[in-house]
This record gives sequence, structure tokens and C-alpha cells, in this order.
Amino acid sequence: MVYFIVKRLVQSAFVMLAVAFLAFSLFRFVGDPITQMTGVETSVADQERLREDLGLNDPYALQFARFTGDMLKGDFGFSYRTRQPVAEMIATRIPATLELGIVALLISLLVGIPAGVYTALRPRGIATQAILMVTLVGVSIPTFVIGIMLIFFFGVQLGWLPTFGRGGTVRLGGWETSFLTVDGWRALILPAFTLGVYQLTLTMRLVRAEMMEVMRSDYIRFATARGVPMNRLYFKHALANTMVPVITIIGLQFGGVIAFSIVTESVFQWPGMGLLFLESIRFVDIPVMGVYLVVIAFFFVLVNLIVDMLYVVIDPRLRIRDVS
Amino acid sequence: MLRVENLTVKFPSRFGDVTAVENMAMAIAPGEIHGLVGESGAGKSTVGAAIIGLLQPPGFVADGTLQLGDVDLRALDRFEAHALRGKRVSMIFQDPQTSLNPLMRIEDQLVETILAHEDISADAAQSRAIDLLEEMGIEDASSRMRSYPHQFSGGMRQRVVIALAICTNPELIIADEPTTALDVAVQSQVLDLIRRLADVRKVGFMLITHDIGVIAQIADTVTMMRRGKRIESGPTAEVLGNPSHAYTKQLMDAVPPLDRKIDRFRVPKDEEIDATGQGDAARAWLLGAERETAVGLTLEGIAVSFPGVRTSMWQKPAPHIALQDISFVVRPGSIMGIVGESGSGKSTLAKTLTGLIKPSDGTMTLAGAPLPGGGARARKHPSRQLIQMVFQDPYSSLNSRHRVGTILAEPLWLYGLVTDKEERRKLCIDMLRLVGMLPEAIDKYPHQFSGGQRQRIAVARALLARPKVLICDEPTSALDVSIQAQLLNLLKDLQASFGLTVLFISHNLSVVRQMADDVVVLRNGRIQEQGPCATIYETPTAEYTKELLALTPVLPADWRP
Repeated sequence: MVYFIVKRLVQSAFVMLAVAFLAFSLFRFVGDPITQMTGVETSVADQERLREDLGLNDPYALQFARFTGDMLKGDFGFSYRTRQPVAEMIATRIPATLELGIVALLISLLVGIPAGVYTALRPRGIATQAILMVTLVGVSIPTFVIGIMLIFFFGVQLGWLPTFGRGGTVRLGGWETSFLTVDGWRALILPAFTLGVYQLTLTMRLVRAEMMEVMRSDYIRFATARGVPMNRLYFKHALANTMVPVITIIGLQFGGVIAFSIVTESVFQWPGMGLLFLESIRFVDIPVMGVYLVVIAFFFVLVNLIVDMLYVVIDPRLRIRDVS
Repeated sequence: MLRVENLTVKFPSRFGDVTAVENMAMAIAPGEIHGLVGESGAGKSTVGAAIIGLLQPPGFVADGTLQLGDVDLRALDRFEAHALRGKRVSMIFQDPQTSLNPLMRIEDQLVETILAHEDISADAAQSRAIDLLEEMGIEDASSRMRSYPHQFSGGMRQRVVIALAICTNPELIIADEPTTALDVAVQSQVLDLIRRLADVRKVGFMLITHDIGVIAQIADTVTMMRRGKRIESGPTAEVLGNPSHAYTKQLMDAVPPLDRKIDRFRVPKDEEIDATGQGDAARAWLLGAERETAVGLTLEGIAVSFPGVRTSMWQKPAPHIALQDISFVVRPGSIMGIVGESGSGKSTLAKTLTGLIKPSDGTMTLAGAPLPGGGARARKHPSRQLIQMVFQDPYSSLNSRHRVGTILAEPLWLYGLVTDKEERRKLCIDMLRLVGMLPEAIDKYPHQFSGGQRQRIAVARALLARPKVLICDEPTSALDVSIQAQLLNLLKDLQASFGLTVLFISHNLSVVRQMADDVVVLRNGRIQEQGPCATIYETPTAEYTKELLALTPVLPADWRP
């Protein structure tokens, strides 16, 4: 068990190192940082001095080592565009994206899992067919169209919900949250739903397929033959076994939700990391892009690590060695 | 207690209802073990499923009476039927590896079942669970009960399954092939347990099985089924000892005896594969090779070990030793039987010989020339052609996307034996005739054939490589006994006409007795005993061999046809 976790941690470290290398290459090789930093009026001598000061003439290995070291110390450099420290910029954006991602994930799980179970247990019901069809339509429409449609109906036509921004937020230490105000929640609903609807369909279909598979298994047939109460059969025996493979996908999905919230954030002008990334691309703000890459990779690695540990918690076959 | 009359089960399909069971009748008294015997597709399991109300939809009971005590099982609604399951009728499934929920402790599964049917406290249910497990022969039950299913061995798991089936004191237990997945030693323990429960607790058992040996050992009464119909029924000794129906006689003829070798199985004329009259061209082609000398195979000190699973940072994992110090000689043109229980290393041995696994030690020799192991054996090494294999599962050993013709032609072009396409096709057709199949088979796909037919295709494919050594890894264990008899006859004929050297691997001692000239008994990767077949079977010296022979279910001597 300890060995398992240590092994995963070491693997994760290597993944992060690889991503850091990518970010570094972006910095160093996509265009010349000096020409981007300086204007036409800077003399060649000044440019050379700057190059020397920034250590850009050092060997690449040394530069990469310095880059990684700075990252580890939390020094992410400065944005070309705003001249602010990147760390600060990202830190103010992370809460918005994380909160959006978490609510989107919760929506997809709280609706997707029960819907998946229902459609698996009543495969021929009318409600099942309806759910499957509606979600198929939902998944076929691009995210931004769903977002715009939601804005049109609930924001413009009905005027129930705000169409952009985070609404009211409260500062808790360094974390700006929209969970504590009614306005914040109102602003959160549309983007979270937009972001979650694709995951919802995926979760539902996955749960449905796994559940149907499990319901055909010998141990479910045996439990039925023993007369185990139906509710217990469905929700204790079948659902737990269904969740073992589903959890992996959910974990990967959450990473994806965080990473690909770019579209939703841009549709709803949500001040998260995705929007920051888009702005950075527009201004070729390479330091911010590089750090964004590293932070997203970090989330992916972290979520996957948690998923691996959850696996061990759920499945005794991984936790306890065979005695046979 | 249980009375089944006139039972008819149908499955609706596009072409009208398919009748799976027709006019079935049987009765089981308390404490009686009633064997329900038949080959695959006979509808045995469907009868069991109909009684407990778990027919796979869309199947339904179309007609008949199902009476358990005073309850008419057909009149129950969904909820009543579910309340009755476990309470009065329970079930045991074939594979103990898959019939327990892997995520729940044994204790929870037992207590949950007891509480589902009885209004007692959780503590009382728990102490009953402990008593039951001890009754089933699980020592130290109160602590073992907290384990998960994967922490038990196969035999122990089947005991847990039986404990689960019996924990609410049902009157009737439907046991669907309860010992088929188990080794003989464990099988006999489980059968003893079933017998004891029937005698002591007066539980009625419906024992569904294809194994006549098992029926002979413990069933009081027996019903023979074929194609959904009852063939005959009555006390076991009467039905099997003095069969009146032709089908029962056929089936009894096909059961390989343990205590003697019979030259050929008696197979009804219309189902006999005649390998002598047909396929002359293929025969001539096979004999045309330099075949004057059969080749022998020698193994010396072969050992195979796999790296263990690493669980600690500091300790190097202990390697798993699959085979150790395996030395034997297969005489040219003889059949060597390899016997052993699951996990004994039989299949690892086959893989080592075919070059799929690299032995960690020892040498192999084929026809006097050294045989390199694993990756050291070149793709073009002649032994790859000379050694061919027939696998256990004919459903997965033939590529389902290829036509039979493509499958059969492969060895011919791969080894450069026949270069002309038309000629290859002609040879393949003739080879199909040789193994007793119709020439039309060549343009069909594997799924269009039954298990026995597929296994014949697999044999034909192996022969088309012009091998000198044939390795058969459990070639008949997925087949029904009558089909097994046909295939064994075929293999014997082919071996005799082409002077093949055969390695016949099986867990079934009776089958090996019929086939082998010499026998090697394997256990946990080590040879327990080896020698001529008759000697090993008649005067075994190793304790393990004696034990295996004693535990194999056999038909009483006076039942012999």
C-alpha cells in the first residue's frame, strides 16, 4: 500500500517534470523572449545586456534547472502583458475555475449517476428512451451553443439569471468564493450547467453500461436467488461494483472540466483561468501560458493520484493480499 | 415437496416462440438429491431457472405446474416470488470465483441474507453465520468471516456459497454445476458436504450437471434430458445401471472409464467421424512428408519462474515458481499424458514447449536437436512447424473474422508447404473430410459451428502444418461427453495413421487413461510420478496420485454396458 503510493508519487513527479520541460521550451523557443519584451527603440547593446542579465546565454540544461527551481520556489516569473507576477494572476483566477469545475462535476454526478442507474434497471421504459434521446441531443450540440441558448432563455428572455461574471463574491483569506452569496450562486448556475452537461451524459451512459453489465453477473444473480431485498441489491451490491471503473473516468473528467472550461468561461465571461489563458494567447503572453500549462497538468496529476487511492479504498482486492 | 409437471418454457423470437423445455416432469422429496443430466443445450439450467423464477427475459413459462409444498410457484406475483427466493428455494452457481460480491465481506453477505428473511437481531444473525461456516468446514469462522471473497481459495469459496444458500433453511436448493469449476479433491469435499446437508438437514437438492460420474456418486434419483425433453427418470442405479433409452446408453458408452483402457469409444453410427474412408488426398499429402521417423521430445531439468508482484519498497519480490526440475522423455510416436490439478503448471509446460515462455533453467531436445526456449527460438526455427498445438477453448482459438478456409490455409503458406492457392484450397477441403467435416465448411465462419466441430477445425489446422509433435492442452474439457468421445477417437486414429508424437494435457484422469501411453503427474510445478500409463493407474506409488485416483468420481463396476 505504502509502496503503491510512493510509486505513484514518483511517477507523478516525472510527469510534472516533463510538463515543466514543455513549458520551458515554450518560453525559450517560441519566438525570442527579448524581442517580445523590448521595443524597436532598444539598442542592440541593451538587448545583449538584458539577455545576459536574464541568463539566456547560459546552457539550456542550466536554464531548465533554474526554471524548475524557480517554479518549485513558487516564483513563476512576470507576465509580459500586465507586468504582474504570474503567480499572483493565477492565484486570483484559480478559485473561480475550481468552483465552477466542482459545481459542474457535482451536477454531472448528482444527475448522471441516478439517471444511469434508472436507465440500466428499466432498459425498455419510455422514460429511459426519453432520457437517452435528450442527452444524446445534449451531447451533440457544442458547449458554446448550449451556453448561448441558456443565456438567451434564462438570461435574456426570462431574465431570471445573470449572463456573465461571478456576481457577488466573498473573500476568505486569499480565496474569493461565490458560494456564500445568493448572487454568487445565481451567477454560477448557467455556466456550471453548461460545463457539466457533457460530463453528465458521459457519466450517465457509462454508469448505465457498467450497471447493466454488473446486473448480468453471477454474484447479482446469486444475490437475487438468495432473496436479498431489491433495493439493497441495486444500491449496495450492484452500484458499488459499478463505481469501480466509473471512478477512473470521473477523475479524468474532472481534470478535463478544469482544463477545458475555456469555452464556457469565455461564453459567460467567467473570470477564471481559462479566460486568462485566452487573453494571454491574444497577447502572446508566454509566461502565463507556460504556467497555465504547468498548473493544469498539476491538477490532472493530483486528481489521478486521488482516483488511484480511491480505487484502493473501494476495492478490497487491491487492499488486501490473497491468502489462497 | 417439489412437483413439476408438464413444464414448458418458451423464448419468443422473430420466428415465433422457441421451446426450450417441453413437457418436463419431476418430483423431489425432502433430503433427496435429484440429478438432472444432459448435454449442453438440453435445457437443464432453464428448468432450474424456471423453478426459482429467474428465467432470463424474455423467456417465460408457457405451461405446466410448478408446486413447492403447498405453494403454486406460477401463481406468485413479483414480490411474493422474490420473498420466496432464499427463504424456501435457493441456488448454487457453477463458478465460486464469480458468484460472491467481491466488494463485500463474507460476513455482510451472510448476515444480509439471513436478515432479509428472518426477523432476528443482527447479533443472532451473525452468530448463526459463524455456526454455519463452521458446519461447512471453515475453521476459525468468526475471524475468517471478516475476509473478502478473494481471500478464500476456490473450494473454500464454494463452501461459503453453500453456506449462503443454506443460511435461511430453504427446503430446496438448485445446484447448477456446483463442482464443474473445481479440482477433483475439492469436488469430492463439496459433494460430501451436499450429501451431508441432504441427509442431516433434509434439504432437497436439484443437482444440474453434465458429469455422469458426479451423479453416480451422490444422486438418489436422476432425470435425463435431451433437447428440452425428458428422456427417462428414476432411481440412479436403475437409470444408469440399466439404461432403457438408447440416448442414455449412448451417453454411458461415451463416459471414459478410469480403471481400464478401451480402444475406441462406441459412438452411434450416424455420429461417428470416419477418418479412415475419406480425405485420401490429405492423407497422402501428410504421409508424403519425410515421415519415416517419428520424433521424440526430451526435457531435462526445466524450470520456469515468473517475477512476483512487488509490494514493498525494500524487499525484492519472491519469484513465483511455476515449474521446477521437470525432466521426462516422450518416445517417438507415443502419447504422453500430463495430468494435474489447476495451478499445477500443465499449461505453462505447453507454453514452454511451444516457445511462448522462456524457461529459467534446463534444456529441451526435439529429435536429438536442442530446442531453444522463449525468445531465443527464431521465428524461422523448424520446431515452430514441427510442434503444433490444439487449445482448450475452441471458441477463442479460431479467429472469428476469418473463414475456415483462410484459417486452414494459413499454415500452408506460412511454412511454404503449398504455394499454389487452388491447391491449398483443395487440400484444405480434403483435410476437412479427413477430420469428418463437410467440404462446405470451408466458406463458413467459426461461429457457425458447434464446439466439437470447431475443435475438429483446430485439429485440421494443426495437421496442415505437417507437424511431428502435437500438443493438446485440455482439448476436450469444453466439450460434452459424447462429443469428447468422437474427438478422442479422431485423435487416436490420426495419431496412429501419421505416427504423431502427442503431448496430451488434461485434468481429467479418465480421459488421459484412454489416450496416453505414458503419464506424468504434476503438482505445484513438480513431477510427482511418471511412468507407463497402466502402471501409474494400477499401481501408483506417489501419495498424490493415489489420492487423485481415489477421488475421481467413477461409475460402479456393475453398471458397465
